[in-house]
Amino acid sequence: MTTLFTILFDGVAYGMLLFVLACGLAVTLGLMNFVNLAHGAFAMAGGYVCAVLVNRSGVPFFAALPAAFLASAAIGLVAERLLYRHLYRRSPLDQVLFTIGLVFMAVTVADYLMGSSQTFIHIPDSLQGQINVFGVGVGRYRLMIIVICGLLTLALQLILMKTRFGSRLRAAVDDPRAAGGLGINVPYVFALTFAFGSGLAGLGGALGAEILGLDPYFPLKFMIYFLIVVTVGGASTITGPFLAALLLGIADVAGKYYVPKLGAFVIYTVMIVILIWKPHGLFGRTAAR
Amino acid sequence: MSVALETRGLEKQFGGLEVTRDLSLRIATGARHALIGPNGAGKTTVINLLTGVLRPDAGTILLEGAEITSLPVHARVLRGLSRTFQINQLYADLTPLETVGLAVSERLGHGGDWWRRLGARADVNREIAEVLTRFHLLDVMNDATATLPYGKQRLLEIALAIAARPRVLLLDEPAAGVPESERHDILAAVAGLPRDVTVLLIEHDMDLVFSFADRLSVLVNGALLVEGTPDEVARDPRVRAVYLGEGLDA
Amino acid sequence: MNSDRIVGALALKRSRWGWGETAFWLVAAASILLFSDRYLILTEMAWLGLFALSLDLILGYAGIVSLGHAAFFGVGAYAAGLLAVHGIVREPALALVAAGLAAMALGFVTSFLVIRGAELSQLMVTLGIALLLRELANRFSDITGGFDGLQGIVIDPVLGLFAFDLYGRTGFIYCLVVLFVLFLVARMIVHSPFGLSLRAIRNNPLRAAAIGIPVNRRLVAIYAISAFYAGVAGALFTQTTALASLDVFSFERSADLLLVLVIGGAGYLYGGLVGAVIFRLLQDVFSSWTPQFWQFWIGLVLVLIVLVGRERMYRGILWLPRQLGARLGKAKPAPSPGGGGA
Repeated sequence: MTTLFTILFDGVAYGMLLFVLACGLAVTLGLMNFVNLAHGAFAMAGGYVCAVLVNRSGVPFFAALPAAFLASAAIGLVAERLLYRHLYRRSPLDQVLFTIGLVFMAVTVADYLMGSSQTFIHIPDSLQGQINVFGVGVGRYRLMIIVICGLLTLALQLILMKTRFGSRLRAAVDDPRAAGGLGINVPYVFALTFAFGSGLAGLGGALGAEILGLDPYFPLKFMIYFLIVVTVGGASTITGPFLAALLLGIADVAGKYYVPKLGAFVIYTVMIVILIWKPHGLFGRTAAR
Repeated sequence: MSVALETRGLEKQFGGLEVTRDLSLRIATGARHALIGPNGAGKTTVINLLTGVLRPDAGTILLEGAEITSLPVHARVLRGLSRTFQINQLYADLTPLETVGLAVSERLGHGGDWWRRLGARADVNREIAEVLTRFHLLDVMNDATATLPYGKQRLLEIALAIAARPRVLLLDEPAAGVPESERHDILAAVAGLPRDVTVLLIEHDMDLVFSFADRLSVLVNGALLVEGTPDEVARDPRVRAVYLGEGLDA
Repeated sequence: MNSDRIVGALALKRSRWGWGETAFWLVAAASILLFSDRYLILTEMAWLGLFALSLDLILGYAGIVSLGHAAFFGVGAYAAGLLAVHGIVREPALALVAAGLAAMALGFVTSFLVIRGAELSQLMVTLGIALLLRELANRFSDITGGFDGLQGIVIDPVLGLFAFDLYGRTGFIYCLVVLFVLFLVARMIVHSPFGLSLRAIRNNPLRAAAIGIPVNRRLVAIYAISAFYAGVAGALFTQTTALASLDVFSFERSADLLLVLVIGGAGYLYGGLVGAVIFRLLQDVFSSWTPQFWQFWIGLVLVLIVLVGRERMYRGILWLPRQLGARLGKAKPAPSPGGGGA
């Protein structure tokens, strides 16, 4: 019973982390129909910014997290304005080639600047160890992740549902062409969302360094995980990717615990099956096209 | 009367919108049958249902008495049901020779041959030459299709459908957009189709319909409104009401 | 009637060997003598060229995109390695065919998953399949040797006559011969009614079906054939390097392959071969600049190619040769239509 709870807890933490990391990708895919395989590079950038601030400059961990968000968002904004926006109308193959190129560059740049070995972020003592919840020991760090990511998810949902920007964004996801006709400044919405999604990835990268690890190959290693979240969850809502991320997190943790021999095998198989069975994702609407 | 193509109670919905309602058509062997109707009557959907691009929600389709409702597109072609396209869907960078060669190869069962080049089989070549000659395409057979005059492209469209040696041919607005000067060739080609080929013409142009068809079906809102000889249809008050202002005077 | 013979002659003329093609293969053969100190890199170019040719068959001709073509390369590589290690098929050329068939079987099975979807889901599914295989190879490390790779691969002489030498001369000639033979087959395929029907499907599948082409069956067939080619390429890799490790399945390999084909251009068969030569030379130059970080430049090349636009790039590169070709073409007397028959 205790193990089951621990697995569930760790799985939820992992899943929420994956969601924060990947939801930017879901938005890029849903909104701009853009396949951004380089999404993990923005996460990695956030992770490294946080690591440098905390380890080298002695900035407190909780102050470095927003900095990681801002840094990745800024990089995302620049990349969107300079590069990505020229490619929205290209074929998926072109987009994939382009973003693979960016991944290769990001990997080598990170290797050049930070070295190829794992980077660890000094976690404040208050986040280390476990606390007791109803007689079960849970990791403080993972608890913090659940809290932060949960709050973020709620905030995202509120922004999408209650604000003017959110309704514009949803209109643009539904039909980018019609949105332009409704007087919505589509390029502006694109740029802002792209930057915000990159920022979230950066924050996820900073938060996740402790759990997922942080090295120059991060964008390649986790690319498939982000893609699974998006393809399984569908790119038309954020609840879809959220549920998919939770499922993936729990399944991955449970799989590694109960059937370590199979490893990621199960997850990949499930992804392929779902792609064949429901091309728009398990929780996505079946687009009437 | 033997029936070449028949539908029984065909139904199709798109997201709750009924685009084909209880459609039952019987097209006699060797007939020159036209399917007409105002814009949005669902003519295109009927073609897509007949050719297998869409599956009906209910109802059956029979080709010469055999049910083909669930056959894929290419299998219906091999059974003898072929079609032309309304808007240009020809292969721009292939030549008429290659395009017709594709259709002839498939019909003769050599379309899957990967071990010999196109042009290596005398029987295929003979049939390509026949089709190209019949449709006055021999002189342009080695030009890229995109460079042909529009009238020639429409001829190629019909040639391609004929190359499959259909017993039932669906002509989807064969003369649409063809300039007046080239129109004669198309009309002659349509009129010169072999008598044993059953033709279902889907057309907007009433001159063409009344000069060509011996039987008409009028489709309105996805359902059959009237069926009869051109005279009967032209006299029918309901048809006149539908076509009011569209000049139905033949 | 005479017109059917003209039809046949014109159709066959399209697939006649040109001067450029003959020259290409003469240079390739001459490289055996000319660059006798560079056999290793030449060998890599040969199997990489074959691998890219395999991708060209599906991408350039049938319009199927793949982000996981390394799956078939890897199966071929491991098949060749296992056949050699366990002494099941000792003769390399025979093992090559067996490895190709193993990859082809996988290609046949997975084709049904791949051909259904749109471009995006094709990319995801192919990527997923390649990752899956890598994971499998990793899990069954008692068979595959896991991260360390297969140990103790010894390759017997080709046809029992030509032993692999230290300089890689036999290896290169072997790869080149295999490449040439399979190229000839591919050339035949693309000029056949089957190959033509693939082009028709790529351009407009619905139209192709309306002509009577069984679209899915053709796509399955070419996907399986392409997998065979990729498997043979992988087997050549293993046989000439005596290596088979997990990275045969790696994502980078599939991604690099796309770059190779993009550099050379898809849809005319030589793109993969030219691309392989250029890619390998680039890789050499880049690693001489910055040994550890050559991948940065590969990435930059990809980014630049897409930003410039693939079409525009080829038009730019082909401008001069086309101009020359047009001039020369005018000077030549028009060939008589009856000449190319028989």
